[in-house]
Amino acid sequence: MARWRYHKSSKQTRAIPRIEPRIAILSVLIASALAVLTVRLYYLQIIRHKEFVELADRNRIRIHRLPALRGLVFDVHHRPLVDTRPSFDAEMVPEDVRNTKQTVARLENFLGEDNVAAKLTQAEDEGRPPFDPVTVEEHLDWQQVVALETHQLQLPGVSLEVMPQRHYIYGPLAAHLLGYVGEVAEGDLRHAGNYRMGDEIGKFGLERVFESQLRGQAGGQEIEVDSVGRRLKLLREIPEVPGQSVVLSLDLDLQQAAERAMGNRSGALVAIDPNTGFILAMVSHPTFDPNIFANGITSAQWRGLTTDPAHPLTDRVIQGTYPPGSTFKLIDAIAALEDHTLTPETTYFCPGGLYYGNREYHCWRKQGHGTISVHRAIVSSCDVFFYQVGIHLGIDRLAQWARMLGLGEKSGIDLDNERAGVMPSSLWKEKRFHQRWYPAETLSVAIGQGYVAATPLQMAMVAAEIANGGTRYKPQFVKEEEALDGSVIKRFPPIVERRIPLDPAVLDIVRSAMCDVVNGAGGTGHAAHLDNITVCGKTGTSQVVKEAGNGRIPEDKEPLKYRDHGWFVAYAPSEHPQIAVACVIEHGGHGGSSAGPVVHDVMQKFFELYPPPGSKPAVPGNGAPQAAPSPAHESPPGGSIARRED
Amino acid sequence: MALDRRLVYHFDWTLFIMTLGLAGLGLLSVLSASWGGPKHALDPLVVRQLLWIGVGTAMMTAAAFFDYRALASYAYPFYVLTVGLLTVVMVAGHVTGGSRRWLNLGVLRLEPSELAKLALVLVMVRYLREEPPRGGWSFRQMIIPAVLVGVPLALVLKQPDLGTGIILALVTATLVFAGGLNGRVLVVAMLAAALAAPVGWHYLKPYQKQRLVSFLNPQSDPLGAGYHIIQSEIAIGAGGAWGKGFLKGTQARLNFLPEQTTDFIFSVFAEEFGFAGSILLMALYAGVIARGIWIARHARDRFGQLLALGLTAIVFWQVAINIGMASGVLPVVGIPLPLVSYGGSSLIAMMAAMGVMISINTRRYLF
Repeated sequence: MARWRYHKSSKQTRAIPRIEPRIAILSVLIASALAVLTVRLYYLQIIRHKEFVELADRNRIRIHRLPALRGLVFDVHHRPLVDTRPSFDAEMVPEDVRNTKQTVARLENFLGEDNVAAKLTQAEDEGRPPFDPVTVEEHLDWQQVVALETHQLQLPGVSLEVMPQRHYIYGPLAAHLLGYVGEVAEGDLRHAGNYRMGDEIGKFGLERVFESQLRGQAGGQEIEVDSVGRRLKLLREIPEVPGQSVVLSLDLDLQQAAERAMGNRSGALVAIDPNTGFILAMVSHPTFDPNIFANGITSAQWRGLTTDPAHPLTDRVIQGTYPPGSTFKLIDAIAALEDHTLTPETTYFCPGGLYYGNREYHCWRKQGHGTISVHRAIVSSCDVFFYQVGIHLGIDRLAQWARMLGLGEKSGIDLDNERAGVMPSSLWKEKRFHQRWYPAETLSVAIGQGYVAATPLQMAMVAAEIANGGTRYKPQFVKEEEALDGSVIKRFPPIVERRIPLDPAVLDIVRSAMCDVVNGAGGTGHAAHLDNITVCGKTGTSQVVKEAGNGRIPEDKEPLKYRDHGWFVAYAPSEHPQIAVACVIEHGGHGGSSAGPVVHDVMQKFFELYPPPGSKPAVPGNGAPQAAPSPAHESPPGGSIARRED
Repeated sequence: MALDRRLVYHFDWTLFIMTLGLAGLGLLSVLSASWGGPKHALDPLVVRQLLWIGVGTAMMTAAAFFDYRALASYAYPFYVLTVGLLTVVMVAGHVTGGSRRWLNLGVLRLEPSELAKLALVLVMVRYLREEPPRGGWSFRQMIIPAVLVGVPLALVLKQPDLGTGIILALVTATLVFAGGLNGRVLVVAMLAAALAAPVGWHYLKPYQKQRLVSFLNPQSDPLGAGYHIIQSEIAIGAGGAWGKGFLKGTQARLNFLPEQTTDFIFSVFAEEFGFAGSILLMALYAGVIARGIWIARHARDRFGQLLALGLTAIVFWQVAINIGMASGVLPVVGIPLPLVSYGGSSLIAMMAAMGVMISINTRRYLF
């Protein structure tokens, strides 16, 4: 200290500045600065520690969802119908991209697309959480995959994502039954838990109804990434649980035969096992390829499907309601015979028409059928006979029996949006139109026209009920659910909905008539005839436009949209029936000539695949089964056939 | 020349050990920042840093036994040499990250701006060691120091190296203040600096402006200029009280931190060693700085006093700005953390400076 004393002894007012006080000032400043820094570090490392740990983890850890492999769908013989294949998506984490403009430009170049920037903007607008990847392009083709793979280092923050993609092996085959999957919509997210944006969900058909079984459980991976988004290592993994597979009752060969037989005509066909209610084949045309949904359907494709006047998305088997036409006469006959307003011996005279009220009701055969009984009336599909049956029975008793057989009622099949059709009654008309029932309206209903409308499935079930003696099964198409290793998780037994109290004698009358429809003289359904199997059936022709008085235009000159729908319902073989079929060909004209051959092809294929026990190879000439000494209670005596063939 | 036994007896082990401690922590941090995993070979960076520490320790020891008073006569030549090197850098320097800062000398890359800090302190102290007039140094007497700082300042700003420029300016200001600047001139200078700020803004490079803007609001552009600030804060904060453990920091290892072996080395250290480690590091720096100030107060001559203070100022300002920047209280400027950041020029220069301080401290017993 003494060294600097002369400063103090200075007598000048303006002293020479000394170093020590200034060093003291600097020391205070330095100490405060270091204190501020320490407080700041305390704040960051102690007070806000948790928050920063989370941020650091969010920096480095990506949660990567592993979508579960969706269950497969097999046909009855375990042939796969629907499986899952890998598909590649391009993803981008914008936080990992330093030069967005350049990366987007490169990406667009490699993908050959120009909408990457727009997709990023859209994702931000939709409130993307930070560090969540944006899918910039889905379902890349191989060229795009290779381009991204080889230029990965030029594309920080961009990655390829392997996604399972639903694949419908046979394209449009049974599309309405199998259904389709799509990206989960915001509506689905709200009421279905455990789904996330971008997940796949069954939207239609089997895919939708069996969603919870097929879906499985998504897993997840925690992946450590570096600052440019490159994946470094797997931190934790929750394995995904694959969905259960489903074994259908559908037979691929039969389904293919049915699709082929339908050709490009609009309409529907459903074949069921009358002994179990399981569906063997189910066709609705026009159809669609569910793969386009799995590929990410474009709005143009969707518009095309939904606005197509032919309604390809409608499952005509359960949603198409058509007037059943003459196939309804089976129901007339059962109802009237059960009600005893008709006996096998009752005859009516058909002159080609019937005056009722102040109007003439035609028979389809202008020259008339003469005096006929119920058997021949069914075989030749006489309208006048069934006008009389209807008049004597009355609409309400007819409706009662028709409903017992399943008309106007949903079958309960596990598919969405099934329609019940209409089976009118006086009460129904009162409720619906606040009008009383006019007896003349019963005439229209009796020939399957007017208010009555039925789905192909309902009519197939009527055929099955006739064939099996009156047991109404719930129509089902899934036989088993099984795990990935093939072990059965759940079997679906046949479900009896109800047993319809039908008199076997009544059924015999109807069955024998149905047999002659296909095999007998004057039968309208010869198109469905098989050489070695007795097919029983009934044709139907349902008018699209209400018959206006007398003037019916010759069928082939009518514009297509006014042409009649052709129906055919059938079962076979006549003894121990194994298959029941209903087929509608829209605007096909006569059922015998339009739907008949389709049913023929399906039946033929079915018995090729499943020859009935004890059946013999086809022998020349008709009626081989009849020649066999079989319990003939269901089929007409061979002699009657021979007589009619004359 | 026979060593005076008193030099050994009074050797400042405290400063010597604190210096080596800091260099050791720096080595650990450099190792961690360049760590590629146990299967990867050691980054050559670590080996070089170890080598620099060895060279630096030798330099420090040599400087400690060198009579600092002789440095006064080397001040101007050293200054001229440094300015010359800075000029050579302008012409033939090695460009990294858009700046021309290094001279490639074959085996080593010299960063003359690190020497410039020392040279400036030396030449400034050489000028200020004269007793100031009554009332302190006048404005006119400050013209020469202004030119002395102005030439290297202009050269480093041209590189551009804003960080070193700021250090040169702040160290000069510290020395001029302690050296006896007239009170009124001091006030006027501070006012002038405040007024000059908008003008200075005009001369900043766009990226420098961007850093200032994003410092004021880092969230405005979290992936652009604010990215460094946010990632650095995350690293420090994620360290918590005790740190993630040596080599276990994720921010650095996964390259989320920029310049993690140099400018952001503190974030690497703080993530792995936590607040406890930060406190240790801060304590070592505080110790070095306090020791430096203590030496300045107790030096036998004015030259020694100012020299110790100037060298301490270099340490302090770099520490304050670097850690302030890493923890988000100051804008991002590229300044190494003295003795800790990777880099031979900086490390050897700083260790030599510490040696000079030891020399000053030791020699107060000799005369």
